Amino acid sequence: MAHLESNRSGSARRFTGRFLTEDSPLHLPGSDAWLVGIIVVVLLGAWEGAARAGLISALFFPPPSVIAASATALVRDGTLPMNMAVTLERLLFGMLLGGIPGLLLGQLLGRSPRLRAVINPFFAAAHPIPKIAILPLIMIIFGIGEAPKVIVAATGAFFPMLINTMTGVQQINPIHFEVAQNYGASRWKVFTRVILPGSLPFMLAGLLLALNVTLLLTIAVEMVSSQTGLGAMIWLAWETMHVEDLYSALAVITLFGIGFNFALQHLRKRLVPWEVAT
Amino acid sequence: MTASSRPTLICQGISKLYPTRSGGIAALTNVSFTVRPEEFVCIVGPSGCGKSTLLKLLAGLIAPTTGQLIFSEPAVPDQPRNALVFQEHGLFPWLTVLDNVAFGLETRGVRRQERQERARAFLAQVGLSAFADNYPHELSVGMRQRVGIARAFLSNPQLLLMDEPFSALDAQSKLVLQEELLRIWKDHRTMVVYVTHDIEEAVLLGDRVLVMSGHPGRIQEEIQIPLGRPRDLRDREQQDVRKIAWHIWKAIEAEVREDLRVAS
Repeated sequence: MAHLESNRSGSARRFTGRFLTEDSPLHLPGSDAWLVGIIVVVLLGAWEGAARAGLISALFFPPPSVIAASATALVRDGTLPMNMAVTLERLLFGMLLGGIPGLLLGQLLGRSPRLRAVINPFFAAAHPIPKIAILPLIMIIFGIGEAPKVIVAATGAFFPMLINTMTGVQQINPIHFEVAQNYGASRWKVFTRVILPGSLPFMLAGLLLALNVTLLLTIAVEMVSSQTGLGAMIWLAWETMHVEDLYSALAVITLFGIGFNFALQHLRKRLVPWEVAT
Repeated sequence: MTASSRPTLICQGISKLYPTRSGGIAALTNVSFTVRPEEFVCIVGPSGCGKSTLLKLLAGLIAPTTGQLIFSEPAVPDQPRNALVFQEHGLFPWLTVLDNVAFGLETRGVRRQERQERARAFLAQVGLSAFADNYPHELSVGMRQRVGIARAFLSNPQLLLMDEPFSALDAQSKLVLQEELLRIWKDHRTMVVYVTHDIEEAVLLGDRVLVMSGHPGRIQEEIQIPLGRPRDLRDREQQDVRKIAWHIWKAIEAEVREDLRVAS
């Protein structure tokens, strides 16, 4: 039976005959990436030209070459890397502090209609509060160190993780539970073979949403109550009218967002190979 | 193959009541029948007659309100009492064909390597080797059902339950898969309870057909099918097959018409 010993992970060896539906690739920046690149170059070029020709105010819209020069200087003197690291650290701790409880609670609530009925009203009330609004309260309770910043960031991770995980568990087709029950699966097998993979696509969607909201909150918190981080850097640039620095920080934040999206799409392709990409 | 026992299944006075505000709806009332070892029993009836409820009871997914299910021999370790082939969506979309087929072994604690070897061997027997590492969504509906059937047979149950496994298929695929099912079954001779709304299918596959009627669900008639084994599905043209099918249709026609409010 040597010919049957095929490699499980090798997608190249999977049957791709006419019975199979088209395995459409995920729409990552790939085949169309060059087009996006051209548009970016054209836009930057137009900006550069317009600013140099005086069509737009170089005070508010310094030409990209000037921004790049300022960014290079900020990287050289360590300002930009330091602030990036600080923001990323807050983001990471916020994700851990909010995301893990959100995920666990979401798993619990997804499986218990009773618990949902009792707890959901509280989350429904707390969810719409603009989280940045609770920063002063958190600062009264936790002081002015790192703790309140991370806690506010964590609220941005908590709710998306909770709601997506809960929905992910709830939307699992009941037939899958019946199959598991029919074959006498233990509670652990039901968890690892039905609940976890069944809710995984929703959890990944929640993770991306959580990353974006947490980044937003981290920057906002840094603007109002921090001397460090990209948010603080933007605020300082505004106060001192160093517009190029402001753009540099904005560019880095934008790159964060793109990076999260890209990483999550790859993670999804890796972890959820059974879902047909749309 | 591990030791397996071939008990008789006895259903005694089974009723299933679903509670409602106005008392309760009887899905099944006083259903009694016996399935002998190696027997292929089909249950046919109009939609809503409780045949799927009966199957879920047999599968142990729900409990009867009254009555009992008895296997004539005690349970054997390594052999489940039953395995159910679902109508549709019975496969786990997130498991490969191989892992789906091996699932019945996995829940009984068979080591990964052994269960994968046995699943591969079984897939080879039914000609599905090439699809072992594919996910269900990459397969046609008919092939998915074949995988579901393979999973059930591989778990070597005392009782094989099938819930309209081919109802989502076109007529041609259905015919081919019915033949395929009989071919696999002849090697195992597992006791089968096969639920369908397709009268001709019930007559062609079964040794015996239980005709059910609804409101509340009960067994209206029991018909022995006078066809031998191995069975050729071209027998569907035979006069006595046509006669039995017509007889069953006459038995349930009034109820079907009433449900649809179509006068005869």
